[in-house]
Amino acid sequence: MAHYDIQRIRNDFPILAATIYDKPLIYLDNGATTQKPQSVIDAISQYYSTLNSNVHRGVHYLSQRATDAFEASRKKLQVFLNSLHDHEIIFTRGTTESINLVAACYGKAFVNAGDEIIISALEHHSNMVPWQMLCEDIGATLKIIPITDAGELDMDAFRLLLNDRVKLVAVAYISNSLGTINPVREIIKLAHGYDIPVLLDAAQAVQHVPIDVQELDVDFLAFSGHKMYGPTGIGVLYGKEKWLNKMPPYQGGGEMIKRVTFEKTTYNELPFKFEAGTPNIEGVICLSAAVDYLNDIGLANIYTYEHELLEYATNALLDIPELRLVGTATEKSSVISFLIGNVHPYDVGVILDKLGIAVRTGHHCTEPLMDRLCIPGTVRASLALYTTVDDIDTLVEGIKKAASMLLA
Amino acid sequence: MTINEIQDDLIGDFAFFDDWMAKYEYIIQLGKELPLIDDQYKKEEYLIRGCQSKVWLHADFANGVINFTADSDAIITKGLVGLMIKVLSGHSPEEISEAQLYFIDQIGLKEHLSPTRANGLLSMVKQMKLYALALKSRI
Repeated sequence: MAHYDIQRIRNDFPILAATIYDKPLIYLDNGATTQKPQSVIDAISQYYSTLNSNVHRGVHYLSQRATDAFEASRKKLQVFLNSLHDHEIIFTRGTTESINLVAACYGKAFVNAGDEIIISALEHHSNMVPWQMLCEDIGATLKIIPITDAGELDMDAFRLLLNDRVKLVAVAYISNSLGTINPVREIIKLAHGYDIPVLLDAAQAVQHVPIDVQELDVDFLAFSGHKMYGPTGIGVLYGKEKWLNKMPPYQGGGEMIKRVTFEKTTYNELPFKFEAGTPNIEGVICLSAAVDYLNDIGLANIYTYEHELLEYATNALLDIPELRLVGTATEKSSVISFLIGNVHPYDVGVILDKLGIAVRTGHHCTEPLMDRLCIPGTVRASLALYTTVDDIDTLVEGIKKAASMLLA
Repeated sequence: MTINEIQDDLIGDFAFFDDWMAKYEYIIQLGKELPLIDDQYKKEEYLIRGCQSKVWLHADFANGVINFTADSDAIITKGLVGLMIKVLSGHSPEEISEAQLYFIDQIGLKEHLSPTRANGLLSMVKQMKLYALALKSRI
């Protein structure tokens, strides 16, 4: 970790200096949302102080400048993901909306009664419920890739699920509950063998691993701004042009039209076809500041730093008697889920909170996964690029204190 | 003792705790002493929504007063239920349905628990009052 200036990085995040109940904040709920660097906070203020105007329609100066900044952000995201075209980048409210868009529009164009959609047993409800709704509407069937006890996808079972009736495979790149990094390259290759497109829920990946959509050859990729140090309420859907062009619009309204008469409306081109209404202009423009921040540090460096920290944390936690890890996949990223003896995760969360340590407790919006593992939930510590060894040491002390209070 | 006398006693008890740990150790202890619900009532109908953890609550009406029994899968939640039962159990449906529970604020539980957890606490109280109201209308 020699070249990674953690103190300089931490200084970029004003909230990390906060105290909670007179104790320094230890923020380990990054899987839920990350904190924002000063550059993103400044960008938000700058936008409203100097640039605020509606995009894509005004002929006046401010509107032109806002539009330029808005479209520059799209280009930045294109470079960030290395997509072939900038119109393959659709701005949404977040991962959930991105996935719902594909379920609604790809579903309408390509999924029929009797068809099948494949998801996995470790999906977030956001990558499960939209497909359930689609299948119920259309009379299609949802198939589930089972997982092993370690929390890895059963790839043999996945191979057996593939057939010509399958119209889409939708899986998480990285599990939000367990931290498992799924073998997405293999999944995509296998699915493409049957001409089945693949959607990756990258909500827990885009801030932790470098992503190149062309190299992955992924068909759809969804993620949220607020989990990658950007603003809340902005997200991205990447989709290959060949699919997006064949999909009908998501919502009707302004911006998405080419010509409207009472008899017939013709739709705008990509990406505007999928961006009805005034978009989250502030969110789009300031997401660009978050991308700059990630690029400055470099995702390869972030990955290396976080990976070493995860190993340190895993070993430190395993030294605590009565603690067991939930999710022990070989390939993991930035998430540690655990339980202490028979103690309910809620109890651990309450005590850790009193110590100024923010973790997540519960089912993490993956109820079927918790059912599969026969547990009510877990305590989840999720790391970020600003998490330190000291944070982990404080967590370990906190868990020991919680254990001594709750196990007695 | 009236409901308010019990509340005032609890406020006095909690004033002795000089740090959060002692307070939570007391709550955990209360959880262990909770009058446990009979297993036959530990099912869906008696489950309270709103808590991250599960709470089962049963009301028994005899000799003009309601006695509550409960359980939870989380010990701190169990302790919080225990507090409510300490205050409300053994009183008439009328007293329970009209009780103003000011002690929660005063012992610093509401402000120290996050909204979702507090919602759990509040839905617990709401359920106890609903039982009382239902029984009151039956009398």
